[in-house]
This record gives sequence, C-alpha cells and structure tokens, in this order.
Amino acid sequence: MAEKTIQNLEEVTIRFAGDSGDGMQLTGTQFTNTTAILGNDLSTLPDYPAEIRAPAGTLFGVSGFQIHFGSTEINTPGDQCDVLVAMNAAALKVNLGSLIDGGTIIANSDGFNDKNLKLAGYASNPLTDGSLQKYHLHSVDITKLTGLAIQDMNLSSKLVDRSKNFFALGMMYWMYNRPMESTIDWIEKKFGNKPEIKEANLRVLKAGWNFSETTEIFAVRYEVGPAKLAPGKYRNITGNQALAWGLIAAAKKAKLDLFLGSYPITPASDILHELSVYKHFGVKTFQAEDEIAGVTSALGASFGGALGVTTTSGPGVALKTEAIGLAVMVELPLIIVNVQRGGPSTGLPTKTEQADLLQSLYGRNGEAPVPIIAAATPADCFETAFEASRIALKYMTPIFCLSDGYLGNGSEPWLIPDYNALPEIAPKFRTEKEGFFPYSRDEHTLSRPWAIPGTPGLEHRIGGLEKQHITGNVNYEPLNHEFMIKMRAEKVERIANEIPLAKVEGDSQGDLLVVGWGGTYGSIKSAVAHHRQKGNSVSHLHLRWLNPMPKNVGEILYKFKHILVPELNLGQLVKVLRAKYLVPAVGLNKIQGLPFKSIEIEKKIEEILRGTK
Amino acid sequence: MSVLVDEVMKLSPPPSDQKASSKDFQSDQDVRWCPGCGDYSILAQTQRVMPDLGIPRHRMVFVSGIGCSSRFPYYMNTYGFHSIHGRATAIASGLKMARPELSMWVVTGDGDGLSIGGNHMIHLLRRNLDINVLLFNNQIYGLTKGQYSPTSEKGKITKSTPFGSIDYPFNPAALALGSSATFVARTLDRDPKHMQAIIKRAAEHKGTSFVEVYQNCNVFNDGAFFQFTEKDTKDDTVVYLEHGKPLTFGKEKDKGIRLNGFSPEVVSLKDGKWSVNDLLVHNEKDTTLSFILADMTYKSGLPRPIGIFLAIDRPVYEQEMVRQIVFAQEKRGDGDMVKLLNSGDTWTVQ
Repeated sequence: MAEKTIQNLEEVTIRFAGDSGDGMQLTGTQFTNTTAILGNDLSTLPDYPAEIRAPAGTLFGVSGFQIHFGSTEINTPGDQCDVLVAMNAAALKVNLGSLIDGGTIIANSDGFNDKNLKLAGYASNPLTDGSLQKYHLHSVDITKLTGLAIQDMNLSSKLVDRSKNFFALGMMYWMYNRPMESTIDWIEKKFGNKPEIKEANLRVLKAGWNFSETTEIFAVRYEVGPAKLAPGKYRNITGNQALAWGLIAAAKKAKLDLFLGSYPITPASDILHELSVYKHFGVKTFQAEDEIAGVTSALGASFGGALGVTTTSGPGVALKTEAIGLAVMVELPLIIVNVQRGGPSTGLPTKTEQADLLQSLYGRNGEAPVPIIAAATPADCFETAFEASRIALKYMTPIFCLSDGYLGNGSEPWLIPDYNALPEIAPKFRTEKEGFFPYSRDEHTLSRPWAIPGTPGLEHRIGGLEKQHITGNVNYEPLNHEFMIKMRAEKVERIANEIPLAKVEGDSQGDLLVVGWGGTYGSIKSAVAHHRQKGNSVSHLHLRWLNPMPKNVGEILYKFKHILVPELNLGQLVKVLRAKYLVPAVGLNKIQGLPFKSIEIEKKIEEILRGTK
Repeated sequence: MSVLVDEVMKLSPPPSDQKASSKDFQSDQDVRWCPGCGDYSILAQTQRVMPDLGIPRHRMVFVSGIGCSSRFPYYMNTYGFHSIHGRATAIASGLKMARPELSMWVVTGDGDGLSIGGNHMIHLLRRNLDINVLLFNNQIYGLTKGQYSPTSEKGKITKSTPFGSIDYPFNPAALALGSSATFVARTLDRDPKHMQAIIKRAAEHKGTSFVEVYQNCNVFNDGAFFQFTEKDTKDDTVVYLEHGKPLTFGKEKDKGIRLNGFSPEVVSLKDGKWSVNDLLVHNEKDTTLSFILADMTYKSGLPRPIGIFLAIDRPVYEQEMVRQIVFAQEKRGDGDMVKLLNSGDTWTVQ
C-alpha cells in the first residue's frame, strides 16, 4: 500500500453528475449529511432535469448535485467545482465547464463507451485522447468494480448498475476522509426489508473506499476541518423541509390546526410530502384535484379557524389568483407558499428563478394588496414561514411566502432554534355577541374579527362582493368601495409598524449598495465580502419583506451613490425600488435557471465602482 | 380539534335557539331574486326543513359560488360563504375537513356546479365528504342574462347560440353517479312537499348528498320544466322513485316501468297484459339500477324520474382523515415540536 499524503483544505466544491437514473441526488445528499455531521459549513445545489428517467446517456438526462463545504463560512454552493464525479460521457460534457482549471475528474470509464460518446457528441474519447490534460483525471471502471464487489451475489445487471453510485460515494468518502457510519445506517434502515440490496449497497460503498485506499491512483487525500459555527446544536436541513417545519411550529404556537391544501408541483411537492408525515401534530394535508381546490380548500379551512396553507410554484399561483383575491376580500388568514421555478408557463420546472415577485405584488384583478415575505437561505425558510403565519393571523390577510427551487432543494447546516423562544402567536376567535360586526376593525392592525362557524350568535355571511364598512353587508356604493379599497391597502401597509427595520450588512453609507431578496443572499454576501476585503465601499441590503417594505428602506438607499439589484429575473425588485423611492438603481439580471455565481456579482460591482472612480 | 376551536365549541347557544322555527333561519337581508323565480321556493323549503334537523343554526354553513342560486347564503341566518365561481365545493371541502362537526351545505347551479366547477364537483362526490349539495338546475345562465348552460337542451336558441346550441347536455344525476356519489336525488321547485322530504333525507345522509332541483327561471328560460310540474301534464311525464315500490305513474297510476333486458319501457296496466308485479321495483341501495334510472332522463317516451336514485353508505372522507390523525397520535403521542426540531442527525458545536 502506498503512503498517502494528507493535505488540509479550507473549502472544497464537489459535483456529482450522472444519468438521471444514476442516483446522483441520493449520493449528494448522503455526502452532504455526513459532511454536516462532521461540522463543516456547507451549501448544496441539486441540479436535475425535469424528466424522471431521461434516455440513458443523453445530455439532457444529466443530473447533478453540487456541494460546497469548508472550515470557513460557506454562503453559496460554489461558483465552480474542484472535483467532478462524472458517471458517463454526457455528465462530463455538461459539467466540464464548471470545473476549475487543474480540478479533479473522477470518471466512470464504463460510461464512455462508443454509444455514450456518440450520445454526448464526443468524436473521440476524452478520457484517452489527451483533451483533459489540464485536469487531474482519474479514469476508473466503476461499473466493473461494482460488479466484482458483489459478483458472488448473482444479482441482475440492473441491480448492479443501481449500486454503482455507492462506489463513487465510497471513493469520495475516502478522498475527503469522511466516516461512512451515517450512510451505512441509512442503507440499513432504507433497505432493511430488502436484505440483498442492503448487502450489495454496503459492500459496494466499502469497496469504493477500499479501492481508493489501496490503489495508487490517488496519491493525496484531503482533510477539511470543522467550521467555526456559532455554538449550539445543528442539523442539516433543506429549504422545503425547513419551510414545512416553520408552518408546523407556527400552528403549534397559535394553538391552531394546520391545514394544507395542495396540488403536486415541482419544486414545491416536498413540502406536501413533508407535512403529510406529521399527522400526530394534527396536521391535515389534502392533495386536492387541482391548484384551485388547493387554495380554496385552505381558505375554507381558514374560515373554520385553521391555519390554512397552500403550497405551489409559479404556474400554480397563476391558477390560484382569483381565490387569493377572494381571501383579500374576505380578510381571512391564508399562507400561499410559492417555491419559484423558471417560467413563463411550464418553463423550467426543476430550475430556479425569482421571476414571480411582480406576480405576487400585482397578479390579481382589482386593487388586491397581499403582504410578501421571502426566504434568503434554505434554513431561513423556517423563520420565514413562521413569520408569514404570525402576520397572516394577526392581520387576517393572505400572505405570500416566497422560496425558490434553489432554496427548496438546497441545504445548509441549521442552528436548531429554541422553540420556546420563538415569538408568540396568539390569534383570538371572536365570541362576544355584543357589538359584533364581521367587518369592524382592530384599531391598530385594522384586522377584522375572526368569528368561526360554531360560535353561537355570531352567524354571518362573507363573500367576494364588496363589503360595507363595519357591517360586512354587500354594498355597491361608490364611496364605500373607495373607502374599503384604501382600508385593505392601509391594513397591509400597517404591517410595516411591526416588522424589523432593514439592516445593512457593511457600512450604512458609501459608494455602492447591493440590494437583494430571496435566494441570492449567499452569492451577494460572498461578492460583497470580497470587495470589502479589498477595501471597496460596498454594502449589502437583503430584503426579507417585499410588501410592505421596512420603513427605513428609502433612508438607506439615499445614502449610497449607486444601487445594484442582482435578480434572477429581468429586473423586478429594481422596478419596484425605482418606482417607490425614485432612486437610479440598476439591475444585474440572470435568467438561466441557475443561481448567481458570486463572481458574476463581483464583476458587476467592480464595473460600477470603476465607473465611479 | 385545536384547543382554540374546542373552546368555541364548548360555548352554549342562547336559549332562543333551543326551539328554532323556519323564521329563525331567515337572515335580515332582502331577498333579491326576480319575482316569480323558482329559487324562492327552494329557499322557503330549506328554511322549513332546517328546524327539523335538530342542528343549531350556528353550526350550519352554507357555501356558494357565483350565479343566481349562489346568493342563497345571504338569506340564511346561518354561517355563510358566497365565494367565487365554481369553487364552493372545494371551499366547503376544506372547511369540512377542518371542522367535521359542522353541518355543511353547498348551493350551486348548473353553470357554477357543472361547468366552471365541474371538476371540483366530481371530486367531492368520489371523496364522499359529508356535505349536502343543492344544485339548482334551470338549464340556462341567469345572472349573465341568458346564455345556454351545460344542461341546456341541444338546439337551444340563446343570446350566445342564435343558431341553436350544438352542445350535448349533461345529465346531472348520471354525472353524479358516474362520480361514485353515495346519495343522488332529483326534486322540483314546484313540489314543496317532495323537496322538503328530499332535503331532509339529504341532510340525514352521511356522505356527499347530491340533490338536483329543477328550478324555473321565469325570465330567461320560463317553463323549462312545466311539463313535469304543471297539473295537466305532470302525471304522465313524471315517475316518482320510492324505495321498495314499483314504478307506476299516470293520473290513475295505470302506467308503469318494466325492464326489458336492461332497458326500461313504459307499459300499460290497463290492458291486462302487465300487472304491477311485472314492474321495476325501486331499490335505492342498488347502484346498477341507479344508473338505469338516471339514464331515463333524456329518453323520449319515458317519464322523467324524480326522487332518490341512490342512497348508500361508504366511509366519509373527513372521518377517515380524523381516523388517521387519531391513529398517529395514539401511536406516536401528540406532536412535540422541540423533539421534532432536535430529531435526525444532529451535532453540537461547542
């Protein structure tokens, strides 16, 4: 056995890539969980096609999972990867561009046969034609080695093929010196009642490790020490899971039942899956016949005194629009979760985008103001969903809780919050008959009373027709209509009275302020940090509340010479800021279904700063 | 049930609600349907039946969509939700799931319930939530002033079909049966007694009750059902379905329906060829028979069946939902948020 050197690294980005049936998401998730338990900071980016099992070997069938981890603070899934695990030729072709010069390729040579090469559009085999000279190429016949590891088990070639991702995982565990226990436990639980598959996967995982340990292909292995995270108990969490838990926590605090009406849609379905597990929390999940029934059933449940939630993505919001307008009119709490994806229309179902901000703000008939809150990181989805619920209940209003495909599927270590320290949510049902009117209002919040069916003496009717102030009776009088339109707008505006003031990361004045919202947080933060290290006058403002905006946003904007708004759309927040605050903000826009690389933002910042000097 | 809802349900109603009359179910709003509209009768019969159900009005909810019929909740002194077009069934479903103890009523029309809301309707029926659906069928769009509806007869001339409609109409009873409904009935706006009996049966049924009410729109489709409701014709055009009884009709009950193979046919009981013993006997528990009876609807030469086509028991959706929750709570204990947050693979940073 050759002596292996161990090299210390601060941070590494690995990309696992293969056919959509190769189990790359699973491999990446396992590597992530193990890495999280080791105490690294991390950020992940699953990147998979809309096709469940695209034809094998094709470019469009490539599924990838990128993890960026380190002993330092990690804000993004990594602009480029240091290591590319390519299970076939197409995976190499699609992902080579994201590999750094001098990076490492671990290629499954069996995935580079003539057919694979042709499908990937390679004229000659890149593993042997010398075209990958600038990289550290390790060509390993993973398929064959997997087969050898379990050849005495007489498994079908299909089963052997399905196990090979564990070989690759074993190799990466060895290379980055990670313990395999967590994955071993997982395999034992997952395949407990399928002893053959369990045995095969365990053997292949260990074979991958042993192969790396024994052969002389790898001379170096790496050590990435734990990150200096704030003290406390951590777990790794995806955005969709965090969002689901935030909703459960809010319902529990509020002493209400959580009702989810939802229709499956990528990339939001995992929230439905997650919530359907927690029946012992009294969570009721309803897979409706369509998006409209998803939202209307949730609104019906809200009328009955539940915390009504509907989860979806952009196309689903389009269908729910009329019902959201109804929720505005009847002034009942309703959480609309939009895990945004590439649009328009069906667009890019599995890719991320943040192009539904204006839809959330204005996408309804009539003057129908709806508050909007957006999560910034995967773990932040918990707090965002919790806060959305708190405000919806307090102000008796529908609310948009925005996430996106990158946040929903991405994951990061999460400092587990103290449930008892979370803010109180204390909704009250109206029960006093004396002086009850369905549309009387709280003097501070302007919210109307929540009188649920079953309350003696408070029988009343609500609906989508314009309401008379106080009585709630149908009313078509011109001045009443204008009054009520303004009342509903004012109610949403008043939320600004209690949301925290916006906080600038960096100096509170200077040359350039980068303003972001949603899932761009990590990339902007990294880009701004790099510039600040260089001594440039750049700050970062990230908006959690998009409607209403914190009261001090204008003041903050006016203190910078330049305002840059990076967004994964054609410029939606920038439009709002320009209209609302009359500032000459400019956009940086990317609409590729992928998150920003921080270098892209860094470059744009540089451009602007250079122009100023 | 959540703690907060539980507290509300413990409140006792005012003593005046103990012995309710139909008047107690009338709200303070002026009824604004056109004079002579069939809706008035349906409202009156509903208000008449309500006190007999023994359910206090604060535990009743009427949900509607859009259309003339959907104004109904405003006139009922219960809880009510006048929602958006076609979605009453979905809103009611959510409310019923959240609050299984409430008495739920959906009021809809042929446009609201079968056109824009057709999808929600069929799914409500197959799920079998305990909701009572009153579908006012006037075979026309009234609120939008006279376009044809999904139950309008083929060839109908309306504002939007000046050359006659080329749409084939839905048969609501057959649609409901095809959606695996557990209670399907048809009644008439001009037969108050029958309607009251049907509404009562619908209320008592555990599961979704689908009640089609033939309702005259005297402004845009006057007389659409007169052949079934008016004295001089109705005896020969309507056959009332009564459980366990042979299907007879005619002024002197001198005609009947017998099955020829699977096809119903009219026979005379006067000429000595057929007797009552040869007739089809109604059985509202028989799903196969219900399809045959519903299929009589648009067949020329056959009387229109009125009454309960089917009334069978099947597990009720929201009860199944509750059962799963109770089971999970018994097995795993009440959900503990602190435990959940700290579950799975965790690690501690000192």
